[in-house]
This record gives sequence, C-alpha cells and structure tokens, in this order.
Amino acid sequence: MTTPAPAETLDLAARFPGAVSADTRPGYTGWIVTPEKLLEFAQFVRDELGYDYLVNLCAVDYLPENRMEVVYNVFKTTGGPGLTFKTWAPRTDPIEIPSVISIWPGADFQEREAWDLYGVKFIGHPDLRRILMWEGFEGHPMRKDWQEAFYDEDVKPFKRRWPDGKHVYAEKRAVYGDNINFKPGFDPEKWTPTDPEEALYKSLKKYKSETTDGIETDHIIVNMGPQHPSTHGVFRAVVVLDGETVVSLKPVMGYLHRNHEKIGERNTWLQNMPYTDRLDYFNSMTNNWGYALAVEKLMGIPVAERAEYIRVIMAELSRIQNHLILIGMLLNDLGAYFTPALYAFEERELILDVFEAVSGSRMMCNYFRFGGVVRDIDEDSLRKIKDLVFDRLPRKIEEFDRLLTENEIIVSRLKGVAPLTAEEAIAYSMAGPMLRASGVPYDIRRADPYGIYDRFDFDVAVRYNGDMYDRYLIRVDEMHQSIRILQQAVKSIPEGPIASQKPSYTTKVPPGESYGRVEGPKGELGFYLVSTGKPNPWRYHVRTPSFVNLTALEKMCIGTKIADFVAILGAVDIVLGELDR
Amino acid sequence: MMTGKGILKGLGVTLKRFIDTYLDDLRWWGKRYYTPEGIAHRSSKDAKGVFTIQYPEEKLPVPEEFRYKPFLLYDEGPNGEQNIRCTSCGICAKACPPQCIWIVRGTDPQTGRPVPQPAGFWIDADICMSCGFCAEYCPFDAIKMDHNYEVASYTRNLMDINDLLKPVSYYASIRPLNYAREEEARKAKEAAKAAKSQA
Ligand code: SF4
Ligand code: SF4
Repeated sequence: MTTPAPAETLDLAARFPGAVSADTRPGYTGWIVTPEKLLEFAQFVRDELGYDYLVNLCAVDYLPENRMEVVYNVFKTTGGPGLTFKTWAPRTDPIEIPSVISIWPGADFQEREAWDLYGVKFIGHPDLRRILMWEGFEGHPMRKDWQEAFYDEDVKPFKRRWPDGKHVYAEKRAVYGDNINFKPGFDPEKWTPTDPEEALYKSLKKYKSETTDGIETDHIIVNMGPQHPSTHGVFRAVVVLDGETVVSLKPVMGYLHRNHEKIGERNTWLQNMPYTDRLDYFNSMTNNWGYALAVEKLMGIPVAERAEYIRVIMAELSRIQNHLILIGMLLNDLGAYFTPALYAFEERELILDVFEAVSGSRMMCNYFRFGGVVRDIDEDSLRKIKDLVFDRLPRKIEEFDRLLTENEIIVSRLKGVAPLTAEEAIAYSMAGPMLRASGVPYDIRRADPYGIYDRFDFDVAVRYNGDMYDRYLIRVDEMHQSIRILQQAVKSIPEGPIASQKPSYTTKVPPGESYGRVEGPKGELGFYLVSTGKPNPWRYHVRTPSFVNLTALEKMCIGTKIADFVAILGAVDIVLGELDR
Repeated sequence: MMTGKGILKGLGVTLKRFIDTYLDDLRWWGKRYYTPEGIAHRSSKDAKGVFTIQYPEEKLPVPEEFRYKPFLLYDEGPNGEQNIRCTSCGICAKACPPQCIWIVRGTDPQTGRPVPQPAGFWIDADICMSCGFCAEYCPFDAIKMDHNYEVASYTRNLMDINDLLKPVSYYASIRPLNYAREEEARKAKEAAKAAKSQA
C-alpha cells in the first residue's frame, strides 16, 4: 500500500481559483466548494486524486449563519486518510445543490435523506423522493427550527425536571397538535393528500404488458412487506416482476424512523452513548465505539491502554455473534428453517452472557465512555472469553463450516447469484463484508486504522466473485480472523486503568467537526459530529452500513428470481434500528 | 466430487447434535434441568444439547452488574426509620438521557432554603432506557439499578418515591461486590476526615 499524499499539502484552492477555499473555521478541515464548481471539483477529486469511495454525505443546518451545508467524506479504496469537502447554499427555500450521483452513485440514498430531513434539493438526482419520512409529510424534521410534537426544550437537561420537577405526562402538557406549526394559509381540515405512493410507483421501471407467442403477459407489482417475515423487520420492497424474474425494485423504509439524529442533537454528548446502542442493536459494542471515537477525536483525548484492549475484545466478539446470526438467518431466508439459526443463537447467547456480565445488559451495552470503558472486565468474564476464543468458538465455527459450506443446495442457491463487481461495489459505496466479497480488500481496521488494530496480526478477508456464495464465505473468513485477533488480545491485555478521564456526566468538547469511522460487523459505521463548544452536539449524523449498503439492492436484484431477493436482502445484513434511525 | 456429499456431511452434524442431547441428559441424570448446576452447565463452554432455559420454571441467574430499573436507597435507622440517601442534588435528573427522572428539591418550610431531601421523586419507568447513568453518576450512592426484570403491567409505570425506595440491605444482597467496595471507600473517607479533625 502506498502512502497517499496528505490532503493538506494539496492546494486545491489554487487549482480551482475563486471556487474552492480551505475550511479555516477552528476545528474544521478540508475544503469549501461553490455549488457551481461542485461537480467539476468532485470529478477531479475522484479521477485525478483517486478518492473513488464516497462514504458519507450529510447536510448540516447552520441556522444562525443562514447557511445550509452539505458535507462529503471521500476516501481511497487503496487506503489512507480521507478528504472532506463541503458546499453550501443560503438557507432559504429552495436550497439547491447539484447531485453528485453521476460521480458517486452511492450518493443516491444519502442525498434523498438530506432532501427528506433538511430540504436540500439535489439538482440532477433522478429520483429525489423522501426516504425516511412518508411522502406528504410537511417540513424537514432535522432542521434546527423544526419542533417535534412533544417538544420540551431545544437541549437537555430540561429545566422542567429539576429542581421543581413535579411529574406531568407529556401528552397532558402538550396535547398533540399544540406544537404543530402549519404553513400560512394551510388548513388541515381541507387538506387532501396526494396519493403518497404515486411517486413511488412512478419511480419503478415501466410496467408493461406484451404478447409473446400469442399469449398476453403482464408485469405484476408485488409489495414485499412491510409485514413480511423475510424482511428482517418492518421493511418493504416494491418489486415489478416478469413472471418470477425481478424487473425493477424499490426499497421503502422508515417505518422504524424515530429521528435519532434530532434526539442526538437535543442530548448532551454523553447521553448519546446509550442511544447508539439502539442503532444496530446486535452490535451495541461497535456502535459505542464509533461514537466514542468521533467524540475523542474532537476532544483530542487519549484512550487508556487497557481499555483499548477491552474495546477490541468486545468489538470482535460482537462481530462473531453478528456473523453467526447473519449466516443462520440467511439459511432461514433460503428455506432451511431455523436449525442453523438456532445453532447460531447458542454461541451468541454465550457471547451475550459475557456482555451482560461486564456491561450490565446483553444487547443495550452502553459500555464505552470517552477515553475508555465504564468498568473493567472481571476475572470470571476474562476466563469465559478465553474459554470461548481458544476452545469453543473455533470448534463451533468449524462445525458451521461442515454443516453448510459444501451443502449442494446452498451452493446452487448462492453461487453466481446477484454478483456485484469490484467497480460497482465501490461506486455504490458498499462497505464491510459486502465490499470485500466483491474483491475490494478494504477494511477500516487496516485501511484507516483506529484503536490498536495496528498491533494485531490478522488478514483482511477478501473474496473475488462478488456473488452470494462469496458473501456467505467472507463471513466465515472474518470470524476466523476475529478469533485470531481475540486470541492475541486476551493474551496481551495489560493491567491498568480503564479510562483516561475522570467519570463525569458533563463533557467539554471544543468547537469543530469530526468524522469517526469504525469497521462494524455490517460495514462502515461513521459518526459526523459538529461541536460549537456547548454541552450538546450541534450536528450528530450517523452513517450506517445498513442504509448505504441498500443503495445497490436494486442493481443486485434485477434479473434474479423473486425467491432470491429474500436471500439477497438477507446477505446485505440490514438491521432496521440503524437503517431507519 | 460426489453430489450429495456436502448434504450428508451437514446431516452428520445435526445427527451428532441430536445424539449429544440425549447423552448429555443421561450424563446429568435428571440434574440437567431445574437445578442451579444444570443451568450453569447449560450456559458454559461445554454445553451440548438443549440450551433453552425453561422460563418461568427456571431462571437464568443475572450477573451482579445486570441493570434494569433504578431504585432509591435508604439506610435503616435503629428504630426502623428510613434515612433516604438522596439529597435531591439533581445530578441523575440532568444525566438521564430520556429525561425520565423528575425531582422536586426539598425546602425548609421555615426558611425556604433547600434541604438535602427530595420533596418529590418520580421515575417514569416506561421511558427509562435502563442505561444506568443515574446510578453511575450519583455522588451519594443513593440510586442504584435493580435486578428485578419482571415488571410487566397493564398500566403505565410511573414510580413515585414510595415505589422507588428499598433498603440498603437489599442493595447489598443483589450487588455484594459493589456494596463492599463502596462501604470501604466510605469508611476510608470517614477515617481520613476523623484524622484530619483530630490533627
Ligand atoms: S439520586 Fe443521587 S444524583 Fe439523584 S438527586 Fe438524589 S443524590 Fe442527586
Ligand atoms: S437508568 Fe438511565 S434512563 Fe433510566 S432513570 Fe436512570 S439515567 Fe434515566
């Protein structure tokens, strides 16, 4: 791997005079581009500088400066640090920014999200519909001047709680409706909605009927979900079928949307930690890590040495149980009803026992703190972990391998199905196992290391066919690598303190921005944060792998059978908690 | 490669597990279920066969650090009085992420000045996310996380101070290590204080 030239030495301002300037706000980095030159700049950054991988795109509402900013975090798939650039427009509707979808197709859903939640119109986006809210929703709920129905105050802690905190139920205080502001001239009584589904159905590839061999055949539209056992939660896909073959597909999501990011901006820095547990609720340990990492970057604080090891141990255990469940559930999707899934659950239970003993909860771990972790691993748990990583788990992963890998039915259902080439995977901003199964050896633990991963000996798992079978195999490979890391970590974990900071419920965070990214079991989990030096974040954005990885869902499904769609979705490994946020 | 070999290999795995279940049952001869050792065995690295805990007849023991809903502590006085530890400082209410703790600070009826006793304390347990921050940051060890997870009810769970209060002896029984550690720290602090006032 060649070390890329550090972004600071590039003088992009000189390359684009008048259109690009360095972001000199204290605590900020990267470049500010005018919307007019955005596409030219993006093209240059991708083609000349090699930042081929757009991982994060999000809007930031700088209400006091009357400025709506869009932030782009791009990286090179060959590794190394990333480049951040921003563009902005005045905060008066319509807010128009060119879409970068032609340069990075992975911007698709992320731009739709920014449109939905912030009202940024991306000119040139072919299908700019709402994505998390429903079509017909009024307003853009992430804007700083938007208030939820049970609005209390802008930021926590709320004054109503102490010292004169006589309890009242929220609905008694703010009867639903009181907090809703209607546009001038809008009368809810007279309002008739346009069919919110109309735009969705229009976005599908044209329905057609044709006559072949004298027989009239129709395409049919099938709604898979939102209540469907194979969608792993409340997720829906609208599919146009020609016989059993998928012609067009649009995912519909947001049924579990709770405006997580808005809650995050009302919370104090620390209060967000348990909320991150609820993103990918299978992997609260890695969610905690991603958030802690971004805040630690902003604060510029070190992490206690022992805590670094504990973090690695917890994250890798989490990865193993995630992959086990993924494989078990994938087999469910293929029709092997619950035997592999329940085998997987057994090992997962043993791992969750450890999580519960150290953190107090099996799934909502809330275990990380800025600068360390909340409490030490006790002797008993450490012994249990050793038993697992030296004895039980290698045995069991091998058993899974024997159970499934060569099974002829599995092989024929998976081999060659829904392939994605390396170029496509990069273009669609795929992350994690999905990217590596397509032959791109990109793993943040190696490409842009965090924590102490540089001290461990392990290989980045990679497979080259990009089909469903490789998506299965890559998970098995990754479990083996995780075991390797764990064996080294439990052997070399040093004694010492588990936090570099004194425990405190308040956090001083200097002004600035940061993007913290970890290699979650499902792919890149990133947190983009903006601090104004106050006790609460100004911007709290989560880039979740479940969400971005679905960008390529339609691409993968077209031409496959409807029964395969279920398995393809399963192999993406989505979890609705982080998909819908 | 012979077609079907992979399937047979897989079937071998399931068959082995099937047999193991009965072997393990035999080995434990009736003790595998409904006994603490049996439950411990079924959640150990050597577990084979049926994992399932037969809830509610059997219950998985919870570790000391397990957290569910918070409760308030009182020290038992010599005459059975309840000395509430909480000083109504408000730290837990400020730290609480979903803001489900409501406290009315106590005031002296004569002077109107704050006194270190809550005049009202509620936790809206339906909103509580069991994060444990209140217990983590309370400077007086006055609020701790309970182990009781069987709290389902037909009505909403707004807990007032009477629902919340439990004796310190209960706390010591569910979290013995934490309790011992805190007592030690308290004694050390008091000793240091006494030494200082003597000097
Ligand atoms: S429980 Fe603890 S933190 Fe909360 S008000 Fe009482 S003394 Fe303060
Ligand atoms: S456990 Fe967390 S959510 Fe529940 S009352 Fe305590 S601080 Fe609030």
